[in-house]
Amino acid sequence: MKSLTKTAIACAVTLATFNTFAETQITVATVNNGHMIEMQKLTPEFEKQNPDIKVKWVTLEEGVLRQNVTQDIANGSGLYDVMTIGMYEAPIWGERGWLEPIDTSGSYDVKDILPSIRGGLSYDGTMFASPFYGESSMVMYRKDLAEKAGVTISDRDSWEHIRDAAAAMNDPDNGIYGICLRGKAGWGDNMAFLSAMANSFGARWFDMDWKPQLTSDEWKNAVSFYVDLLDNYGPPGASGNSFNENLALFNEGKCGMWIDATIAASFVTDPKQSKVADQVGFAQSPYAVTEKGANWLWSWALGIPAATNNADAAQKFVRWATSKEYIQLVGAKNGWGAVPTGTRQSTYDNPKFREAAVFAEAELKAINSANPNDSTLEPSPYVGVQFAAIPEFQAIGTTTGQMVSGALAGSLSVDKALESANRSADRQMRQAGYY
Amino acid sequence: MTLTQQRKLKTLLVGLASWCVALLLFFPIFWMFITSFKTELQAISVPPQLFFEPTLENFTVVQERSDYLKHAWNSVVTSFGATILALIIAIPAAYSMAFFPGKRTKDILLWMLSTKMLPAVGVLVPIYILSRDYGLLDSKLGLVIIFTLMNLPIIVWMLFSYFKDLPKEILEAARMDGATPWDEMIKVVLPLSVGGIASTGLLSIVLCWNEAFWSLNLTASEAAPLTAMIASYSSPEGLFWAKLSAASTLACAPIVIFGWFCQKQLVQGLTFGAVK
Repeated sequence: MKSLTKTAIACAVTLATFNTFAETQITVATVNNGHMIEMQKLTPEFEKQNPDIKVKWVTLEEGVLRQNVTQDIANGSGLYDVMTIGMYEAPIWGERGWLEPIDTSGSYDVKDILPSIRGGLSYDGTMFASPFYGESSMVMYRKDLAEKAGVTISDRDSWEHIRDAAAAMNDPDNGIYGICLRGKAGWGDNMAFLSAMANSFGARWFDMDWKPQLTSDEWKNAVSFYVDLLDNYGPPGASGNSFNENLALFNEGKCGMWIDATIAASFVTDPKQSKVADQVGFAQSPYAVTEKGANWLWSWALGIPAATNNADAAQKFVRWATSKEYIQLVGAKNGWGAVPTGTRQSTYDNPKFREAAVFAEAELKAINSANPNDSTLEPSPYVGVQFAAIPEFQAIGTTTGQMVSGALAGSLSVDKALESANRSADRQMRQAGYY
Repeated sequence: MTLTQQRKLKTLLVGLASWCVALLLFFPIFWMFITSFKTELQAISVPPQLFFEPTLENFTVVQERSDYLKHAWNSVVTSFGATILALIIAIPAAYSMAFFPGKRTKDILLWMLSTKMLPAVGVLVPIYILSRDYGLLDSKLGLVIIFTLMNLPIIVWMLFSYFKDLPKEILEAARMDGATPWDEMIKVVLPLSVGGIASTGLLSIVLCWNEAFWSLNLTASEAAPLTAMIASYSSPEGLFWAKLSAASTLACAPIVIFGWFCQKQLVQGLTFGAVK
């Protein structure tokens, strides 16, 4: 009898111990951006609210992350339960059934998410990834240099005016260049910027029959303008610069203007990072023949692969990390200047945020003016402002980026670069069966 | 100029050239090391700063954000595990090819080496799918197997060259004393080849430690070694050079210290055959 009691107690203790530690572990794959790192640090708050869920993090370089999550999701490996994806992947993967729809029921305020961001992460009206932070593009300029050069930058200027301002501020003898822009080849690098610029020149990637339009006059005008601008008033070696290189140049006080992602605003106004933090002004992206598509639109979002075995726990995590409450948590812990922006109207309505972020108004305006479903002057069949949300675009965009980067470096003419890019795009679209 | 002077000049020039090459090779490591003690703003400043007030902030950030010990342990297990496994397979293979060559031995050796010419990315998808199907994704065992296969051709080649230089008379003498092929390998060849096996093993450990392609593609949170930890500090939006340098310094440190201690062994092993 005694031994039976002992056994029963032992079993009860074992079961109790097992139950105590029966937890679901989810693995989150992400990029090494400031806001993501903050989310990682605040994960214990989520685990406190959900003691049955343990979160593991995998932080990767952007290119590696794209490759890894694509491999994972395409092969149904189930290695990751939550993955950081962009506005490019969400609708494509959603359409293929690779992603779980985001659970927007109950207390999750989906209507508070900015409509353009919500639209960009949806396919057929269903949201397949929830935005963690969003961004558009805008002009960041040095107020002191503009004043010294006697030029004014208004809320939205034409490209001609921006070129004149760059010429006035350009002072290479003193290490100051009129304008810094992306030149490094890549669909997410120079072509993100150049696609939005080309939109404002009236260009589009494809016509309604999916035929590439890179040899159109609009593309030629846009790329010629871009190459001349950087040749005359850009920093040396511009064909190798992307976001981080230009951020470094701007923070060192070497750029009169910089047109790039709105997320840069928080870096260039941070005195810990920037030597010119108190001298930065903001304006909307320039236009040429239209304002349509001049501001790009992007969001780093959290998606749940269909192959996950922990969908419920993953949904809970995504809902927590992309909620209004999470933004308030970051605001309370790290200050309102550090909250992830570009996702929710409530963030911009918050007076504390508007006070802390001098760029808030310009950023919201830029995001709201971008419409991924209607971003070109002439009609186009694709979704996306600075990209076309089709699987073939990564290769087409990167090839075009390499050609344009070559034109910028002077190794081939703009016409030749665009002809080669168009030929390559045409071949790929034909092989993919678009026509 | 006398002959002695000519010799002295030659020695001086060779010494100078060696120093230049050594400094050239060492410079990136030196720059990584000093960048790890800079702030992000100092790390990107133009012209680059050689003199600055050092900070340990980056190391603190790396310690806070990454489980360094876990990554380091994964590196140790996969590097040493793969090296031991590769040596177990390669020693008998190299022994048989060196002492009992067949008609096709040279072809087999060349074929083995030719597998190193295949770009790794060419077999990424099949290996990824095999790893998934056998439950080896994000496991140390999976990496050990891949690293073993990756280094096997080089290890076999190195040991083959080493064994081939051993005097055959010693083996014949052992045979006369009644030694079986197994006895020959264990009791004669291995004791004579400790230096060569050690230097081959060390090279294999270094190659495994530095491997990034498979580590990044086949691991996630559990088996990621130090190379994956370094990669996590590269950022598409934000300054990261100082923190990346700190992570790289921490990742390099164990293998540099290990190499320092094994320096004598390594040099001995590599030069043993040359002076014989």
